[in-house]
Amino acid sequence: MDLEKLRGKLVYQGILLGGVALLTAGALALADHATEADIRAAQEQDMKQSLTQVLTVPYDNDLLKDTVTVPGEKSDVTVYRARKEGKVVAVVFQVQAQGYAGPVVSMMGLDSAGKVLGVRVIKHKETPGLGDKIEPAKGDWIHSFEGKVLGEPAADKWAVKKDGGVFDQFAGATITPRAVVKSVKGGLEFFERNKPLLLDEAGGVK
Amino acid sequence: MSGNYGRITRDGLWDNNIVFAQILGMCPTMAVTSSATNGLGMGLATTAVLLASNALVSSVRHLITPDVRIPVYIVLIATLVTLVDVSLNAWAHDLYKVLGLYIALIVANCAVLGRAEAFAQKAGVGEAAMDGLMMGLGFTLALTLIGGIREVIGAGTLFANAHLLLGSSFAFLETTVIPEYKGYLLMILPPGGFLVLGFLLAGKRVLDARRAARAAAVAIPEAAAN
Repeated sequence: MDLEKLRGKLVYQGILLGGVALLTAGALALADHATEADIRAAQEQDMKQSLTQVLTVPYDNDLLKDTVTVPGEKSDVTVYRARKEGKVVAVVFQVQAQGYAGPVVSMMGLDSAGKVLGVRVIKHKETPGLGDKIEPAKGDWIHSFEGKVLGEPAADKWAVKKDGGVFDQFAGATITPRAVVKSVKGGLEFFERNKPLLLDEAGGVK
Repeated sequence: MSGNYGRITRDGLWDNNIVFAQILGMCPTMAVTSSATNGLGMGLATTAVLLASNALVSSVRHLITPDVRIPVYIVLIATLVTLVDVSLNAWAHDLYKVLGLYIALIVANCAVLGRAEAFAQKAGVGEAAMDGLMMGLGFTLALTLIGGIREVIGAGTLFANAHLLLGSSFAFLETTVIPEYKGYLLMILPPGGFLVLGFLLAGKRVLDARRAARAAAVAIPEAAAN
């Protein structure tokens, strides 16, 4: 058939659009299939990395396999437990609070006494150059939580200095550190509320 | 033919630069140029997509009718961007963690569609690919320049965190231009982007006007001599 003649017809355009959609959808499906396993592996690797960053105590189990899901204030929280000889020595879980430009998600690790081992912000959309000092690559601020427990500083001192607390804010960015402090405090309270479950005190060795 | 490629190169890098002449792609330009490294990352990712989309559009140009070209181009570009996105995520995950943010933004860059429409659909595959490459490099140049100026004035550094984007061998790029600098917030915030772009646009106009005046000054005595 003559391509030039066909091109003017409406049906050709329909077939063209359909064909393009079909081809691109096929290409995307193929790409999705080809990359799925690798992406999952990479994300698991990321997860493991962010978990181990906030775990400064030795442990001997596979973190990704030893989890417990606990209902939190808004949604369920998945808690990863680090064990040493069967006993839970530390827990790691995600916390989040509303920042300046969206949720600030952090990973925090606590030892069995409820002391903060480490906090890392894993996802945020804060202003580059201002709020992003919460990243360890761009500032030391995030380390100021280490060794703190609920009650030391006192509950009302778990705030940025502008609000009468003990944690620094940044020049030009108060909302961002305020959000991180709030989420860490919330995480500590969550730990206190669910302590027996998180530490697996009832169940014993699995 | 070589003259043609020269013309394309000049067009992409200066005369018809996406940012400084066409004023296209302002969304990513304003959004990511808070530092030179960010500008460079966005520019390189866009260059890759521009190159591929121009070549693709050019190679199917005889099949596509004018009436439905826009949806076809948009689907092709979105597909390319998604392919780049998932393959980087799977096979270059460390790079993806740095560039991931920019890649999805490329779809919102109307310059990609603009080049498909204005150039690739009328040109051969080689020329279209060259145009994509040069337009992309021009875009990269513009973004890195704007990012660099904003970063130096705003934070006193240049190419901070470049090792995250380019690997640790490029850590030497990271310089502190003004030590003990408190920072000038306005330049990092969105208004800084508009200010810098405005001054750069004005500067380019002045340069072009001077060049035109010089060309005219040379042409007149020649005409008189004839």
